[in-house]
Amino acid sequence: MATATYVEEQRSIDKTALITGSEAIAVACKLADVDVITAYPIRPYDTVMQYICKLVANGEMDCEYIVAEGEHSQFEIVKHACACGARVFCGSSGVGWMYAMEALTVTPALRIPMVAMVGNRALDDPGAFGVEHNDALAVRDLGWQLVWVDNAQEALDTALIAYRVSEDRRIFLPCAISCDGAFLTHSQALVKIPSQEKVNQFLPRYNRADLLLHPDNPITVAPQGNEDWVMEIRRQNYAAMERSSLVLKEAYADFDRIFGRSYGNPFFEEYETDDADIVLMGMGTLSTPVKVAIRQMRKEGKRVGFVRMRWFRPFAAAELAKSLGRFQAVGVIDRDYSFGSPYMSGVLTTEVRTALYSAAGPKPPVLGFIAGLGGREVTVPDVQRVADSVYQAADGKSQPLTQWIGLRE
Amino acid sequence: MGRLYAIEVIYRGIFQKTLATRITRSIVLAAHEEGKLGISFGRYGDSPERNGIPAKGFAIVGDDQLTLEEGMAKYEPKEVDITIAVDDTLCKGVESWAWYGLQPVNKLLKSGGTLLVTSREQPEAILQMAHRKETPYELAVLKGTVSFSGLWVYKDDHTDVRILGAIARILPGLFTLKSVQKVIVDQWNDPVKAESAARAYERVSSVTVRPDQGDPETPYKFNLPKWHEMGEGIAIPCIPAGAQVEDPTTHATGGFRPDRNPTFKKYTTRTMRPVVNFDTCIKCTLCWLQCPDSCFDVTPEGLYDANMQACCGCGVCEAVCPVKECVTMVNETAFDNNDSQWEAWRKDQKAYEAWLAEKIKSHPVRSHGFRYRGQYEEQVPEMLEVAREG
Repeated sequence: MATATYVEEQRSIDKTALITGSEAIAVACKLADVDVITAYPIRPYDTVMQYICKLVANGEMDCEYIVAEGEHSQFEIVKHACACGARVFCGSSGVGWMYAMEALTVTPALRIPMVAMVGNRALDDPGAFGVEHNDALAVRDLGWQLVWVDNAQEALDTALIAYRVSEDRRIFLPCAISCDGAFLTHSQALVKIPSQEKVNQFLPRYNRADLLLHPDNPITVAPQGNEDWVMEIRRQNYAAMERSSLVLKEAYADFDRIFGRSYGNPFFEEYETDDADIVLMGMGTLSTPVKVAIRQMRKEGKRVGFVRMRWFRPFAAAELAKSLGRFQAVGVIDRDYSFGSPYMSGVLTTEVRTALYSAAGPKPPVLGFIAGLGGREVTVPDVQRVADSVYQAADGKSQPLTQWIGLRE
Repeated sequence: MGRLYAIEVIYRGIFQKTLATRITRSIVLAAHEEGKLGISFGRYGDSPERNGIPAKGFAIVGDDQLTLEEGMAKYEPKEVDITIAVDDTLCKGVESWAWYGLQPVNKLLKSGGTLLVTSREQPEAILQMAHRKETPYELAVLKGTVSFSGLWVYKDDHTDVRILGAIARILPGLFTLKSVQKVIVDQWNDPVKAESAARAYERVSSVTVRPDQGDPETPYKFNLPKWHEMGEGIAIPCIPAGAQVEDPTTHATGGFRPDRNPTFKKYTTRTMRPVVNFDTCIKCTLCWLQCPDSCFDVTPEGLYDANMQACCGCGVCEAVCPVKECVTMVNETAFDNNDSQWEAWRKDQKAYEAWLAEKIKSHPVRSHGFRYRGQYEEQVPEMLEVAREG
């Protein structure tokens, strides 16, 4: 394993380090002073467990570091630790995340503010290890807050924000931070590492309060219940997820105030949209080829913009619909699939269309594109082909609702 | 729209499940002999069943498909023509393990409907147990020992067909004796069973129960909280530890009575209860230790009082007690309240001793399920005699 390239400095001084997205998450865990971490290797998530392991071994971080015998136990252990008041971290990738599915379903139901990293990976079979978003998206309906980041700095910052929001008593829901396999988990970039003092100012201690599982606060957690109880329990989770948008906004505002780094709209990033005719959309690291392609297209006079969804749950439908209403057409690039879904498109496309359906304002046509599956590169010409099709739709010309891009055909 | 019929069978979980299912299925099949359509089902919340837990099976029958669907559109019937209790102690009320609260045995009965109980008791004794009901209904007692005919190995004592015969008499519009006899022979190929049905048909009679008859106690209730009133995270605060016990005569305090869930009583699971001889108790603690429901209160003098708010009647205390007849299980029909035996003993020792002797003598042990090999065979002659007389 590569040697960590940052060194401990004084508590009050920010510093810069050349680290991967996974390492950035590990640093966030250290700064957040996480109490219990469980691990079980699967590429590309395993990079984060290696980095945390190294921090512990080097005496830079103090936590219970437990290597489980599989992902199901891995997530169950931190779930229980979190119920006992421990700040926890966990993570996985692809089918490892799916193997933990039972634990993943009960975690939001029990209002456990677990923070997890998903190193996005294609689901088996075939046993591929490149990025696809279907792993994290599998929990989209269950009460997990889901966020996609596109660079190491954002990974670190978002991890801190995730703890702040998840552990807020109004929320108490888990959060999964998605980092694209390879493009983010395995590539090093310069990252500003905030001082411990600032982090302490931003992130209060985790207080489980009345839900603390402790001999001094004897409670029974997760009993059986019949139909007299389940709807009310689900309604409570609904309310918590509803509040999440508000608490996220508060956290981003505080983050800006304390760290001096603003993310603008917390839910989605807009790039070159002010004068755009059409926009492309997507999540994660495909933002890089898209942005490069947009710069080239703009030289040719094509006014193309980009909207990168950051928070997928909660989904800022009203704000997104308001933004998209400004454009003539929208092309959504999904690094995932949803076979048999209404338009046989990816998941994000369906959700964007849904967000526009009930919007009061204009509803531009939305085209779906499936690209970059299994870690295949999304190239600049790919993006230009997408934009050409979206322009056709903007001109009122019929286009297929879902297209595969970068496919040998 | 045609006529809709609904019948419920209240039974003791597991031990009587096969019995209840045979009854509800045969109701549907017999009605179908006459061109009606029906379904037979158990209450999902009671599954998987626990030993002795009151559970319910239903038969719904309609003259035609559309009528039947009216009945099927409900999770379970809101009112029934006949309630069948295949264990008379169920007349004290029904609380299933999935916690729907304590329901009076006659809760679902339509006005003028029939409560059919298999029992050796007279109607007056049954009425002491059943809660009062605002509308009048009929009470029919089918004479017989309570049938714990089993789940996997069905010890056939004809309780199923006797009940079916009685239904043909009580609700003639549902099916005739002839139809149900055909279904009995079709299913079990046993003309003697068909004959048993006919005898029950001939003999069953009922008394009318007025609104002022029955147990006047209001069944305990609880309010379901709204979603924003409930605690979050599917977490339930524990029950507080409890307190000392006060002696009703000296007012001295001591011992320990654990606090118990005020709404989840579970005692309708009981078909028998322990009666305790406090004079012979050697304070060995075994009943208190072994009770799976922590039902024993510790008295100031260190005796153990089985608290009837918490006792499920499993009989473990009797089994572990080393002193002969210090703890004795007695049929639940012998009791009309859940009062403390220890307090009665403290208030009037002589009267308690007489009460205790009478209970042990007149209401012999009968467990749900059989506690030793051969117990069923031992009881067969008595069952036959009661049925023959009935």
